Amino acid sequence: MIRALFRHPLGGLGAGIVTALVLVALLAPLISPYDPFAIDVEHVLEPPSLAHPCGTDLLGRDVLSRLIYGARISLEVGILAVGISLAIGVVLGAVAGYYGGWVDTVISRAIDIMLCFPTIFLILAVIAYLEPSIVNIMIVIGLTSWMGVARLVRAEFLSLKERDFVLAERALGASPWRIIFVHILPNALPPILVSATLGVGSAILVESALSFLGLGVQPPIPSWGNMLTEGKETLEVAWWLSVFPGLAILITVLAFNLLGEAIQEITDPRRKR
Amino acid sequence: MKGWLLKRLFEMGLTFWGITLISFVIIHLAPGEPISPMADFNPKFTPEMRARLRAQYGLDKPLYLQYLKWLKGLARLDLGRSFSPDRRPVWDKIKERLPVTLLINVLSMLIIFLVAVPLGVSSAVREGSLFDRITTVLVFVGYAMPGFWLALLLMLLFGIKWPVLPISGIHSLMGYESLSWWGKVLDWAKHLVLPVFVSAFGGLAGLSRFMRSTMIEVLRQDFITTARAKGLPERVVIYKHALRNALLPVITILGLSVPGLVGGSVIFESIFGIPGVGQLMWQAVMARDYPVIMGNLVIVAVLTLLGNFLADLCYALADPRIRLGGKG
Repeated sequence: MIRALFRHPLGGLGAGIVTALVLVALLAPLISPYDPFAIDVEHVLEPPSLAHPCGTDLLGRDVLSRLIYGARISLEVGILAVGISLAIGVVLGAVAGYYGGWVDTVISRAIDIMLCFPTIFLILAVIAYLEPSIVNIMIVIGLTSWMGVARLVRAEFLSLKERDFVLAERALGASPWRIIFVHILPNALPPILVSATLGVGSAILVESALSFLGLGVQPPIPSWGNMLTEGKETLEVAWWLSVFPGLAILITVLAFNLLGEAIQEITDPRRKR
Repeated sequence: MKGWLLKRLFEMGLTFWGITLISFVIIHLAPGEPISPMADFNPKFTPEMRARLRAQYGLDKPLYLQYLKWLKGLARLDLGRSFSPDRRPVWDKIKERLPVTLLINVLSMLIIFLVAVPLGVSSAVREGSLFDRITTVLVFVGYAMPGFWLALLLMLLFGIKWPVLPISGIHSLMGYESLSWWGKVLDWAKHLVLPVFVSAFGGLAGLSRFMRSTMIEVLRQDFITTARAKGLPERVVIYKHALRNALLPVITILGLSVPGLVGGSVIFESIFGIPGVGQLMWQAVMARDYPVIMGNLVIVAVLTLLGNFLADLCYALADPRIRLGGKG
């Protein structure tokens, strides 16, 4: 499948960028040219140059180094938030789809109700009670984004549970949990993988928006979102502070979306042309 | 149709009840309580004072009684009073800010619909062409574009590089009162261009992509082949036969996009300094003004519920299977 992915024109691009980003995040201390926290009062708000390819910020910190460390935050938040939302969404969706009846009704209603809250408002309401920190942001994004996965898994289970292999397992006396997780779930994996990949992109978008509003990752820890807050304040004198972090978000989210779309095309037999 | 409407209204009531329940759970199960922010900064705060305040806010009663009391207040649109120094009722604060938010969201929904539908249809009709490929790329970029960054870039371009548009507020601060009626409308319109554009941009990508895929699916169906075989002009086949069928699911998606749009209000209202509900929410969160936060959450969720209901109603009116009383 991985080979097929890299052969897919846009999917290959997405997979390449995502791989590069993961490497950049892992190797951040080795490849960033400066210390992202080092304040240098003699080089404040310098435009991009050979010494500082993305310029320096209000405190003379190197923007490129901060962008590189920011990739760590974005990927961390994106992947862990999606992990949480997958855990909730898969369990609830599987239970609703497998058991049906009133269990399904209750869970489906809960999903509909949660979908009525604009996510940002819901997140802000919860954040107001917690200290804004990286861990809290991940948990809150995870807790407010499981509905899509739950719906998808429920739909997959509704059709998969009628198949012969499930009936056979049941006749053999396998426990419901065993049937759900060992036998049905693997068959539902491709769409879950697609939605997880797309989910990482949107979690990164939400994190950056929260950090931009001052309610996410707090300075001095560099996140692309809070770098843009500074960019907004210095918009009139330093365009590079608003352009580069935004570009980083755009490219990252785009890469995850391309990857997700490509996985869908590769794994969905109906879409093959 | 009547049966459908009754069923839908019943579901809406149920969902509304769920909204109040979840909002209430968030207020009360979250760590910390509304008294903490006052107490934590006051060294003279004694346990007795805390107990008295708890009694005053009704926090010492069992949870279900608190919930019933809160629901009763909600029925009278009494969402409590703000913690901010002015101590104004929360509903008053929200009420004066709702029109601006609604205006921007309705405008951007109109724009999304008017641009995304033709774009999606043209892409679908010319599937695989250069035009289709360019729009697909643009759609992907649109998906990934952080709204607040787009806002910053537009401010940089049209506010600073070529200062042609105002970048903050809902009307001019100087000389606004002396403008004529028409001048005021024009002033508002100028201030709304950037916020509405930013708000519409995100939804545009999603809807045009969806329009494209539904249209492609419809164009593959037999009745389209029949229409073509009858010798109908291609224009009629596409705009009369295909589009009508492809529009139905689009209406539903437009309804489902309401929460996303309203959620975006928080971001562009705080960037452009627009005095709407989103900005109120942001300020309330920054100031830990819990009654305002909860009031906003409930009102916005109810708005979304209404938006979805309107979309469903449009769907029902457009779909003869439901309109003519079938079991849709």
